[in-house]
Parts: sequence; C-alpha cells; structure tokens
Amino acid sequence: MGFLEIRNATKSYGNVKVLHQVDISVEEGEFLVLVGPSGCGKSTLLNMIAGLEGISTGEIAIRGRVMNGVHPSKRNIAMVFQSYALYPNMTVGQNMTFSLEMHGVPKAEREKALRDVGKLLQIENLLDRKPGQLSGGQRQRVAMGRALVRNPDVFLFDEPLSNLDAKLRVDMRTEIKKLHEKLKTTIVYVTHDQIEAMTLSTRIAVMYQGYVQQLGTPKEIYDTPANVYVATFMGSPAMNVMPVRVVMKDGVPHAQITDAKGAEQLLKFSQPNLAAWDGSDILLGIRPESITDPDGADRNSRNIVPLRNLVGITEPAGADTFVAMSLGGKDIIARMRADANVASGQDFDFAINMEKAVAFDPKTEERIKP
Amino acid sequence: MAAVEQDTAVRTGGISRVFIYGILLIFMLFYMMPLFVMVANSLKPLGEITGGNMMALPEVWTLEPWRQAWSAAQIGVEPTGLKPYFLNSILMVVPAVVISTILGALNGYVLTKWSFRGDKIIFGLLLFSCFIPFQIVLIPMATVLGKLGLAGSIPGLVLVHVVYGIGFSTLYFRNYYASFPTELVRAAMIDGAGFFRIFWRIMLPVSGPIIVVTVIWQFTNIWNDFLFGASFGGQSQPMTVALNNLVQSSTGVKEYNVHFAGAILAALPTLIVYIIAGRFFVRGLMAGSVKG
Repeated sequence: MGFLEIRNATKSYGNVKVLHQVDISVEEGEFLVLVGPSGCGKSTLLNMIAGLEGISTGEIAIRGRVMNGVHPSKRNIAMVFQSYALYPNMTVGQNMTFSLEMHGVPKAEREKALRDVGKLLQIENLLDRKPGQLSGGQRQRVAMGRALVRNPDVFLFDEPLSNLDAKLRVDMRTEIKKLHEKLKTTIVYVTHDQIEAMTLSTRIAVMYQGYVQQLGTPKEIYDTPANVYVATFMGSPAMNVMPVRVVMKDGVPHAQITDAKGAEQLLKFSQPNLAAWDGSDILLGIRPESITDPDGADRNSRNIVPLRNLVGITEPAGADTFVAMSLGGKDIIARMRADANVASGQDFDFAINMEKAVAFDPKTEERIKP
Repeated sequence: MAAVEQDTAVRTGGISRVFIYGILLIFMLFYMMPLFVMVANSLKPLGEITGGNMMALPEVWTLEPWRQAWSAAQIGVEPTGLKPYFLNSILMVVPAVVISTILGALNGYVLTKWSFRGDKIIFGLLLFSCFIPFQIVLIPMATVLGKLGLAGSIPGLVLVHVVYGIGFSTLYFRNYYASFPTELVRAAMIDGAGFFRIFWRIMLPVSGPIIVVTVIWQFTNIWNDFLFGASFGGQSQPMTVALNNLVQSSTGVKEYNVHFAGAILAALPTLIVYIIAGRFFVRGLMAGSVKG
C-alpha cells in the first residue's frame, strides 16, 4: 500500500481518452518524476492528483484515503506551478501564508511557519516585497516556500524550472534535490526535460500518448528501456537504434550490421537468448557513450567489440567529442574522449560495449528481455 | 520628457514639431469653442446675448443664471430649478453603476475562471444585449416595471439601467479576466480559498483599470440617458429630462443664459469623472492588448 496510490486512473474528454489506465504507487519520501513530450498527459495526471481535474475512471488515494471528488484544498497537497502563480497584489510573506490563513491557522503560528521556511529557503529578506520586484529565481523560491509552509503530504511540481534561464535552472535543480534529501517529502514532479528527470528522481514514469511507457528507477529507465520510445526519449544525445540481423557464429548470437561502406560486420551479443531470433531482423539500441575510441572503452565490460567504420563528421563539445557516422543504414552518434585522434572522412577503430546494448522486437518495438 | 522621446515611434525634428503642435492647437481651439460659448454666455445677463454678442466675453459678470438654473427656473409647472432632478440623477446613477459593475465583474469572473457547458452561448447572449436598441424594449420594459410595481420610480430606472448595463460591463470584465492567469485561481483553490474569496482577494485587487473603465462607461451612459428617463421616470425624472423641459419650454422669454448654465450643470458630473479618471480609462482599454 503506497503513500500515494494511482489505481487504474483514466481521463477522457468526451470520446477522447487522454490518459489510459495509469497505475503508480508512490512510497512516502519518494521523488517521482513524470516525464514525456508535451501532450503526453503528464500535466493532466498531476492536475488529477491535485484535484484540479476530475478522474474519469479509477482511483487516486493519498495515505489510504480515496481522493476522487475531494476538493483540492482538502487533500493536504501543495503545488508549485510553472508560472509560479504568485498573487501579484500580496507581499511575499502574504503569498506564503495565504493558505494557512485560509485554513484558519492562528497568526502567531503563521508567522512562525513563515520564519522557518523563509530561513530554510534564504528568502527572509524578501518577505515584504511584491512578486513583481523579484527575479525569476527568487520567485521560484517563493513559490516553493508557499508550498512548504503548509507542510503537506505530497508536493506537486508542474515544470517548475522551465521559465528559468539555463544556468539558474541547473542551480535550482540542485537546490530542489538538496531540499528533498533534507526534508524527505513525497514529491511528484512533472517535466519534459529528461535530464531533470534523471538527476532529481528516485523513480521516473516515462509517459507518451497517454500511456505510462515505463516506470522505474533512473538507472532502470536508462539501461533497460522498456521500448524504443523510452530508449530514444531518455538520454542526450539519444540512443542509437538501428536494424540488424541476428546470425549465429560459434554458437553465439551476433548482430550483422552494414557499415558506412556497405560491408557487413558482426557484433557479438551479450544476450544468449537472442539465439531464438537467429536469421531474423531486430532493432539494436546502443547509447552513444557505448561507442568509443578503444582507449575510452569501459574496462569493466566483458564484451567490447571492435568496429572499423568511416567517420562522418566530428563535433567537439569540450568534455567529449561526438562523432556522427553511418551504421546499419542510420546516422548514429558515438561519444569519444575529448582528445581522441579522430578526423572526418577517415576510417577509425571504434570500440562498442555490447554489454550495454539493448535489443528490441522490430514489430512491437518492445525490448527483448534477456 | 526623455521618457516620452524614448517611447515615440518616429523621432521628430524642430520644424515638424512646430507643425504638429500648431495643428494640435487649432483642433484644441475648435473643440473647446462650444464649451467657451456655453461658459461665457452662462455668465452674462440675458440682454447681452439677445444684443447679438454670443462670442464675446461678458461685459457684466454675473452668477445669477446659474442660481436660476439650479434652484429657481421653471421646470414643467414647478419653479424648482434643476436641483431636485440633479438629486434624482445621482440617486439613479450611483446604485445603477455600482450594481452593474459588480454584476459584470462577477459574470466576467465566472465566464473565464469557472467555465461551464454553454458559457460561450451565455456570454454571446449577454453581448447581444449591447446591440438591442433602447426603443425596442420600451413597451415590454414598461409592462415589466408595472408588474414589479416599480413604474415611475428611481428603483425602476436603476433596474432598467442595470439590465442594460450588464452586457457591457460583462464584456469588459470578461475580456480583462481572460488574460488573467488561470494558474493563480488554481493556486488559490489549492490554498483553500473559495469562490468569493478568490474573487475578493485575488481577482478584485488587480482589477483597478477595468473597474475604472466600466465605471466611466456606465456613469456616462446612464447619466446622459434621456429616453428611459423620460419614459419611466414618472415623478422622479432625471437631470436630462429636466434640462429638456427647461430648454424646450415654449412659453415666455427664452432665457439663453439660464439654459447654458443648466446645460453645463447637466454635463458637469460626467466631465468631472472624465477629468479625474480619464487617464485610467485609456490605460484600462489598452490593458491586455500589449504585454506589460
């Protein structure tokens, strides 16, 4: 029995079903991130937890109490909005204590809660200002402060960092993570940014077209994506997915793949059960960091396969150098060490960490489990 | 001045500046002319006007026409001056403006933030009321007022003007609140504020500009209305009707100086409202059209 239970929840507008059979159980203190492209239903799901949208079928329960039809203010939740939604006519202090005032908390207690949270978020000196006089980062803090003073069961964050500039976003991300580790609160966080999802969460739900594609820890999602969609959505640059044919050699399944010059090459799989696919086509997924120069290959891997291929273009990015090339008829990206001696238009010996490779069924696009 | 120059779309040099101000001055004089004639003549004895000196300043300055118009002139059969009718107008305008503005604000709030099935149709019908000519509703309105027992009374006039005013005030507030972020309302809902508390604590404090627009619009329209006042005023006719009775009376000498003074008295309240709140009016009309 989870702290926050979403059981078979669906949402339809008329005949249009925007959310299908969502089942998520969140433990107390977990940081769940709902991630997906726009229109995937993640914000709708968050609003359903908040009570701002009705639940068409199914149930949402917090602390064992079914929340269907319960007014948002009675759910003991707090929400941080994308636009922060600070009341422009009130000072920061009034903004933060508004909910306590609405719940009839005595003034002395409100002031104390305000002082505590103000101190925690280092916004004590801003309490008398109006939201219009604050910078983006300060507004973000106030919005979080407003959620914190209530000491709710569940915090809901709706893309809280998307209005900040790139640098501030990274800073606030760290701050949110610190805050969560300090307060051990239960958080449901919506974002379309997969890096935010990876760095913040204890668990991620990847959503697409109204379905939860995969629910798991960041590592599970990253290393063993449930399907091609999750594989290519999470990670930057995206996972390379290319068609290969499974062939048996020395009793071990290999991927037969066409290199940039049209020659066939064999890559040994680490997944013995692919023998069942002997002779058929599958999709092979390899993350850019698993295709490296030989010196940069993972020393702990038991299956590094060499591959000589023509380099397309190189993109030095400071910390790494990305190499684009053609493999299996697709443009794929490899990630070299920054000073790898690689040049466009020349052959280069790559090392592929096949231990990290993932195989997908070409029809269903689901991962072929080992 | 520097701020003005920064805001301008085209930078203008000295000569064109003189040209622009010259044109503006001419138009200002043109538009001020009627007011000048009215004020000047209201401060003359009648003899100076009938002597043919309409455009000149008074030779003998007198406030007598004003006193006459205010408290002694013959309106209809009674020599009461405009005073009681002025009071009637105030008693009619103030509640009508307040009620139609409050209802318009509530309508706008509901139509934008508590949308329901068919809200667009309701808004369309409300908007439709803005385009119904007054004359069409005279007879049905008379029937309704008679049934309600409000015929010929100030409350009756208030009701008529509120009904006619809601269309416009709803339009103003709806459009203003449409650009008001819905997330704020949702945040307030989660914070535990109810329907009226959100309206009172979140929406109204930021509605200043649109309240000013609505109040000016409603005040001017209701104050200046003649048709409803003449039709449903009964014993409590507003200022506009009284002014007509004063000016149009066909017996005795036409006291033009008194008429001018009376006309200014009738126009004064709207003039004052414009002067005090006029700059908010334009600002409010423009609000939302340009991102702040």
